[in-house]
Amino acid sequence: MQTFRAATKIVADMFRYSPAFRSGSTILVVLLILAALSVVSPYGPSDRQVVPMNLPPSPSYPFGTTALGQDVFWLTAFAIRNSLFVAGLAVVIGRSIGVLLGSFSGYTGGATDRILSSLADTFIVIPRLPLLMLIAFILKGTITLSGLAVLLGLLDWAWPSKRYRAQILSLREEEFTQTAIFAGMGSLKIIIREHLPFLIPFLLADAVSGFLYAIGMEVTLSVLGLSDLQTPTIGTMIYWSTYYQVLLTQKLWWLIAPVAAAVLLVVSLYHLSTSFSDYLDPRRRLKSLATSQGGAR
Amino acid sequence: MKHYLTSYAFPRFLQWLVVIVVGVTVTFIIPRLLPINPVEETLQNVSATSFTDPRAVADFKKSIEELYGLQGTPEEQYVHFWERLFRGDLGPALSAFPTPVTTVIRNAMPWTAGLLGSTILISWLLGLILGTLAAYFPNRVWTHLLANSLVTIYPIPYFILGLLLVIVFAFYIPIFPLVGGAVGSPSLSLPYLVSILQHAFLPALSLVLLGTAFRFIMARALAGTAISSDYVTFAETAGLPKRTILFHYVMRNSLLPQVTDLALSLGAMFEGALITEVVFSYPGIGFQLYTAILQADYNLILGVTLFSIVGVATAALLIDLSYPLFDPRVRHS
Repeated sequence: MQTFRAATKIVADMFRYSPAFRSGSTILVVLLILAALSVVSPYGPSDRQVVPMNLPPSPSYPFGTTALGQDVFWLTAFAIRNSLFVAGLAVVIGRSIGVLLGSFSGYTGGATDRILSSLADTFIVIPRLPLLMLIAFILKGTITLSGLAVLLGLLDWAWPSKRYRAQILSLREEEFTQTAIFAGMGSLKIIIREHLPFLIPFLLADAVSGFLYAIGMEVTLSVLGLSDLQTPTIGTMIYWSTYYQVLLTQKLWWLIAPVAAAVLLVVSLYHLSTSFSDYLDPRRRLKSLATSQGGAR
Repeated sequence: MKHYLTSYAFPRFLQWLVVIVVGVTVTFIIPRLLPINPVEETLQNVSATSFTDPRAVADFKKSIEELYGLQGTPEEQYVHFWERLFRGDLGPALSAFPTPVTTVIRNAMPWTAGLLGSTILISWLLGLILGTLAAYFPNRVWTHLLANSLVTIYPIPYFILGLLLVIVFAFYIPIFPLVGGAVGSPSLSLPYLVSILQHAFLPALSLVLLGTAFRFIMARALAGTAISSDYVTFAETAGLPKRTILFHYVMRNSLLPQVTDLALSLGAMFEGALITEVVFSYPGIGFQLYTAILQADYNLILGVTLFSIVGVATAALLIDLSYPLFDPRVRHS
């Protein structure tokens, strides 16, 4: 209960003092509402020919309709929801692997640390897009959104793991860690109980950057036709709209909706992540913890 | 010098070998792990369109298997894979049979290299300088304007930014050509060179915008740390001219992490170049990759992937090996 009140206070503070947080959170909330609206959509996500084709935006069809007879407004709602789902799953998978490997590598040290770090460095240098395109190409037509998310997550753990390793390395030298070791606490328990609270603010800001990467990759792969083209996501909407030549036929609303959604989504997420990491700088948090609990140091 | 060679250059070189081995192995393993068999796919595509003699199909199957390197046990295939790599034989490009994949890559390479090289250089310098200046003069109007616009541009995916640029500046306001790398036959004549610049401008612009945005944000953060340090405060109190402080104190010290970061972000910029080429139909490697996907040219896709891995790893190695030029500590210990 106390953490809930603390969290609300933090959010209220950030809203008051950080313009980035204000703009980011409002835009994101609007997009989330739009995505949530998709559950009450009168049409299914893959339905076609349910409304008249190629109508420009009007009061009855606020975002217009597509060449396949779909309502762009509801399509955009589904698209935002699906893109967020893919990005979310990819972030969960990627960051879980990253936190585990990075923390383990940083805490254990020695040869294991060197091997794991070397492995992480290797995966950072390897350009992921050609590899992703190769895999997605082979799986063309059979890949689902979840499969795409797993693929993205499996290739996005290296850079985060380095950062978590650095955090754990500095935390390991803290006095409270030494105290816990002398008190006989097991390593895993130390990582989970003592270190994780310090990692969480960093995790949140890092998760957002993972979101940005996943959204960008999903859009790129979809636009190249390498993902599940029957399901509406931001990327597949761009794919289908360019497939039906909206530029030449001057029916731009089909293209503008997903592009605007993508830009608004990424910019708002980024503003949130910068305001978050500014506010929850680990060094500030360590100091404020020390003074408020009066005993950690 | 000895110190540089033994404790820095050699481990870095080993790391390069590891990247290449891991990268090639991953590229080798993944297609074989996936449930889809490219040989069956190709066979089905061919025999679906016409009736073919079963013996011809069997021969065809054998030659395809040889082409894809799928003969023999997995260990034999792996060794064979490396052998072909060393020989520089990536097989023929199926969409442009029998042109070898290496020829296709060799023709596309200069376009990508030119685009990527120039944009990395420009965006690195621009971002570094602008970021340092923005950190040093944090309260000016132009700092806020610049920072806000770059921070807004930064998270936008390469594809969308490229698409927006193409729509606005090549389609609606036709200042720039829509597709292609240049007009006319390759020569050193002025019209050809001018057309190269014309065609490269928009792709380069989109890469420079995003690269500068990233570099700016990082440079601003690094310069911020340097500015709040003791030696800069002392230099300011001592009344040193601002230009000296900026260049010799702040920028020089924030240069180091920027160089290592350049090596690490090379992969990302390379990916950005690939995507940008697709949007602008710029005849580089990315565009070749895209057409290869459209034409189901498995060999070319595999070849480009391998080439990308080796290319980026080597470029990163070269950048990292030039580290001592920037850090005297490595040079003189």
